[in-house]
Amino acid sequence: MKSDKYYRSKKVAVNVIVYAFLIAVALTCIFPLLWMFSSSLKTQETIFKDMSLIPKEFHFENYILAWKEGGFGRNFLNSIVYTSVVVFGIVVVSSLAAYAFSRFTFPGRNLIFYVFMAAMMIPIPGSFVPLYVLLNKLHLRNTAIGYILCMINVGLSTSIFLLKTFFDKMPKELEDAARIDGCSKLGIWRHVALPLAKPVLAVVVVLNALNVWNEYVLALIIFDSKPLMPLQVALMTFQGEFITRYPLLMAGLTITALPIILVYIFMQKYIVKGVTQGALVG
Amino acid sequence: MRIKETLENYLFVLPAVTIFLVFYLIPFIWVFQLGMYEWDGILPTKIFVGLSNFKEILTQDNIWWLSMWNAGYITLIAIIFQNALAFMLAMACDREIRMKNFFRLVFFIPPVLSEVVVGLVWQWILDGNYGLLNVWLVKIGLPQLAKNWLSDPQTALTTVAVVHCWKGFGWGFLIFLAGLQTIPRELYEAARVDGANAWDSFRNITMPLMVPVAILVAILTVLGTMQAFVLIIAMTGGGPAYHTQVPVLRILASMRGSSRFGYACAQGIIFGLILIIISFVQYRFSKRSRQY
Repeated sequence: MKSDKYYRSKKVAVNVIVYAFLIAVALTCIFPLLWMFSSSLKTQETIFKDMSLIPKEFHFENYILAWKEGGFGRNFLNSIVYTSVVVFGIVVVSSLAAYAFSRFTFPGRNLIFYVFMAAMMIPIPGSFVPLYVLLNKLHLRNTAIGYILCMINVGLSTSIFLLKTFFDKMPKELEDAARIDGCSKLGIWRHVALPLAKPVLAVVVVLNALNVWNEYVLALIIFDSKPLMPLQVALMTFQGEFITRYPLLMAGLTITALPIILVYIFMQKYIVKGVTQGALVG
Repeated sequence: MRIKETLENYLFVLPAVTIFLVFYLIPFIWVFQLGMYEWDGILPTKIFVGLSNFKEILTQDNIWWLSMWNAGYITLIAIIFQNALAFMLAMACDREIRMKNFFRLVFFIPPVLSEVVVGLVWQWILDGNYGLLNVWLVKIGLPQLAKNWLSDPQTALTTVAVVHCWKGFGWGFLIFLAGLQTIPRELYEAARVDGANAWDSFRNITMPLMVPVAILVAILTVLGTMQAFVLIIAMTGGGPAYHTQVPVLRILASMRGSSRFGYACAQGIIFGLILIIISFVQYRFSKRSRQY
């Protein structure tokens, strides 16, 4: 019979190994970001020589330089505007549609819904090619509204699915009460359904905000003029132009990554829910 | 009255349907249409070429099939290493450990970053001359391992694949963890009472119950990784000498580089078909293994 001490020390050893493993992986997740930030505080001269994580001098003016000279200030604003407008658009459009799919009956309801779901699961590689052609025809290329409409479409199917699932489970009593009180359908949607759907709406908002902020391809092919570009495209353009101005590039990368990381840390709960729910569809 | 009611209902779905129609369905139809033309995207006249685009892709376009192979290689690495890592981490976090939420938070940071940010940061770390990795390798006395990770044709593709794994394992981790946590603890208790050790309960409880989750993760990994390209644009731009080219990048090049819109659409169709076939095969395989 193996002694108690054997089992206990074995358990401790296993725990140590497991923790070491977890911490090692966690470090590889965080370290590149620390290095990015650290590099952004060095100068063009020191960045190729100073290989310490904490730079000898802190050159915060790189951020001012990147913001003004590098133009990232303008691109940051663009990203904020595009993300906010698209997310707002998706929330309104998808919640209206999801509510109708859940609560109303009309001819073709199921068919239309299934088409939306199918679109979510069928991959069309290179769909940006005909989108480019379409936007050209509509004279919406190199415009903010063209990009915004495209991005609203991108997020529709998933958002409709998430919201309809929620509305299906929502108890009908409150809506019935509102209807008896003479509330219109739109009123019920606005005053009963939406407030109750706040948790799901949070997921919809966060997931779509993440997608729009990080989006690259559509922005690449839609925007020609730099003042209209969002951050991701601006970063790649900057990298192409100033291939050696690394500190400024790192500052730009930090400016781009920081909002996402902050949103993620605060809204982590909703992102996890959205990811696992979305995965269960497939 | 009924008509008014129905019209009202339609109004709710009208914005969504309109946007969907214009920005999804019409382009979807156009892909198939344009695939049969030779067009530079600007001239008002398109030349109808029938199926010759498809024929060209299938018989002459070597770079296309190289890009397919590259994507397959990256996907293979992802399926094996990325998901193995994700699963091991999920197993490690499934136990009652104190910092589970902290690790869950940290492991999902790479996925929420944009491909551009990830690609450019890693490009800087992997730089042949001044990148942190090589500087550190030289420092600890292994200068022979300090390669030009992203510009050496031998190492470029694998390097890109590894960074892709770094960015992606968080997804698999979350899904595996969610799956592990649905297994009732009583099963493990009962097994322990019956004298099973850790390996026995893993083999007879954990593994069979996790097979559907593993298959789901595999399908998602394949679909996602085969279509990956922004990370590659940010890290290597497809080089050196096409060694990191991938299919979607080729489609982008056909459109912007060669200005062959019809050809790009044909490439998209062929790629889409291949993806559907792969997913279908995976799905059928999953159905069979569920007769466990």
